[in-house]
Amino acid sequence: MENTTGRFGIFGGQYVPETVMNALTELEREFNAAIKDENFIKEYRYYLKEYSGRPTPLYFASNLTEKLGGAKVYLKREDLNHTGAHKINNVLGQVLLARRMGKKRVTAETGAGQHGVATATVAAMFGLECEIFMGREDIRRQALNVFRMRLLGAKVHSVDSGTGTLKDAVNEAIRDWVARVEDTFYVIGSAVGPHPYPTMVREFQKVIGEEAKAQILEKEGRLPDYVIACVGGGSNAIGIFHPFYHDKEVNLVGVEAGGFGLESTKHAAKMARGSIGVLHGMKTLVLQDEEGHIMPVHSISAGLDYPAVGPEHAYYKEIGRAQYVAVTDDEAKDAFIKLSRMEGIIPALESAHAVAYAIKLAPQLSKDKVVIVNLSGRGDKDVEIVTNLPEVML
Amino acid sequence: MNNRIDMTFERLKKEGKKALIAYITAGDPDIETTAELIFKMIEAGADAVEIGVPYSDPLADGPVIQRASARALRNGTKIKDIMKMVEMIRKNSQIPILYLVYYNSVFIYGVERFMKEAYSAGVDGIIIPDLPLEERGEVFELTKKYGLHLIPLVAPTSHGRIKKIVENAGGFVYCVSSTGVTGERERIETDIKSYLEEVSKYTGLPKAVGFGISSPEMARNIKDYCEGIIIGSAIVSIIEKASTKEEMFEKIDNFIRSIKKVL
Repeated sequence: MENTTGRFGIFGGQYVPETVMNALTELEREFNAAIKDENFIKEYRYYLKEYSGRPTPLYFASNLTEKLGGAKVYLKREDLNHTGAHKINNVLGQVLLARRMGKKRVTAETGAGQHGVATATVAAMFGLECEIFMGREDIRRQALNVFRMRLLGAKVHSVDSGTGTLKDAVNEAIRDWVARVEDTFYVIGSAVGPHPYPTMVREFQKVIGEEAKAQILEKEGRLPDYVIACVGGGSNAIGIFHPFYHDKEVNLVGVEAGGFGLESTKHAAKMARGSIGVLHGMKTLVLQDEEGHIMPVHSISAGLDYPAVGPEHAYYKEIGRAQYVAVTDDEAKDAFIKLSRMEGIIPALESAHAVAYAIKLAPQLSKDKVVIVNLSGRGDKDVEIVTNLPEVML
Repeated sequence: MNNRIDMTFERLKKEGKKALIAYITAGDPDIETTAELIFKMIEAGADAVEIGVPYSDPLADGPVIQRASARALRNGTKIKDIMKMVEMIRKNSQIPILYLVYYNSVFIYGVERFMKEAYSAGVDGIIIPDLPLEERGEVFELTKKYGLHLIPLVAPTSHGRIKKIVENAGGFVYCVSSTGVTGERERIETDIKSYLEEVSKYTGLPKAVGFGISSPEMARNIKDYCEGIIIGSAIVSIIEKASTKEEMFEKIDNFIRSIKKVL
């Protein structure tokens, strides 16, 4: 499981143009040195605590639990991080690394805009030049986050190619990196891309799972029966899963975007419907056609609207360590409303997918079972998308 | 073994000339026109043809070739159509033919099946822009098995890697002119002379420079340091802008001749 070659089983690798190969090698070397450097870790921990507000609470959702009538449901409150999502954990790590490497310009792709906002935020704090690549369609549906990025001083590029969503934003960010590799640090936001990114992102996100584990041991005196997280590229999921990897009694469940349903063509369920392919520098599970062209995907949530998945998740699936399920747009919207009404917590539509699965699962489990849902982000950004729902209309 | 790429570079060397490798995206605007354009380019003096296999996510390409790929895919261009086209061209010409193809296309088609069919159709070399040294093991032996050259790419940022990249390679070394994706550039900032001298330290293979070369002037400035020039986006751009087929053919003919003249 520990990888030195950049592979998780057959998944992973470095399928990128030669131009950036030395940069990846340098990044790997610097990253490996940094995470062994006490001062670096101290600095990283400092900003997680003082700037982002960690540790985030593990909140017992008593109303939801009571209503569902089964397992106890806890929420890992990543939505309470500064900037409103788990993304900043990784951004702090990567930007500190960028500084250590002397890079003056950072770039990022973004889907829902949470990673873009986190990158723009940390770049603002450290005085770095920041440029964000975001699909045209995502700019439209996550306009609030675009304003936030601009307010923070970042330049937001609209990406018109393909379907104008996260996949295309990653393409454009990689192209930019190939052009500006010598002065630019590309801050990838999910556990995807060429090695060492998937490993690096996981290392900077595993704080979620480490905290959750300690917190549940303190509250319940035992490990949870289920850990549930949504999966787009898979960074919040791998962050909370990884520290439980060796605890075989803990069921890990990744929830992907079922869109209009798996029988339609409008979903982003690469685990259920994908096949092995190569995208964005990695070999992984991809939604593609019979000639390997990447298929258009759909999800109501921009952060899950991605045709591939991080290679470590593909590996978890292959070896059966995690199970992956899909939740539709409608189920996610329903969970969005339910959590808002029952707990006074408005989840991101991405995280609402994980909540939706917990809503299905918990009633089937006995009351002595414990479920942790990773609430990866808050839903302010999504309020506009659900304004046509009867519960929200004025 | 007589690979047409090797024979062409040998002949040009004897003639004291440099190779013009002309790139075109297959299926843009349609596969029949691509074939016609290839014959036009051969007539006008192209020494080798690099045929781009259109892909949905061409990571190493700039906007011009991205748009060409999208057009080719919109009209349903499939790998089997491209293989057939090459077969037809091969019946009429002994020009070296290369594929520029993204790795996922090869991987999904089946690496061995792809190489076998490419060889049977008459292809001489394969360029995979997203398959660096570290990953090429899966492909290298199979290209060899079918007598194809897997063309190695080096970049100005390849310091310390060139020796391994060119090891056991054949055909030529594709020297990426500068950082960035394909597409016309106003000028190339790289110190081409010292960059190509460094490549020559490790290999006797011909060196062909590509990415951003769009005019006879640029070709002239580079040609003394290498054995070939690769032109892509400038050609594709002519195809994109032409309003009639006649205009397209005439402009391509003029352009290829203008470059060939300085080589």
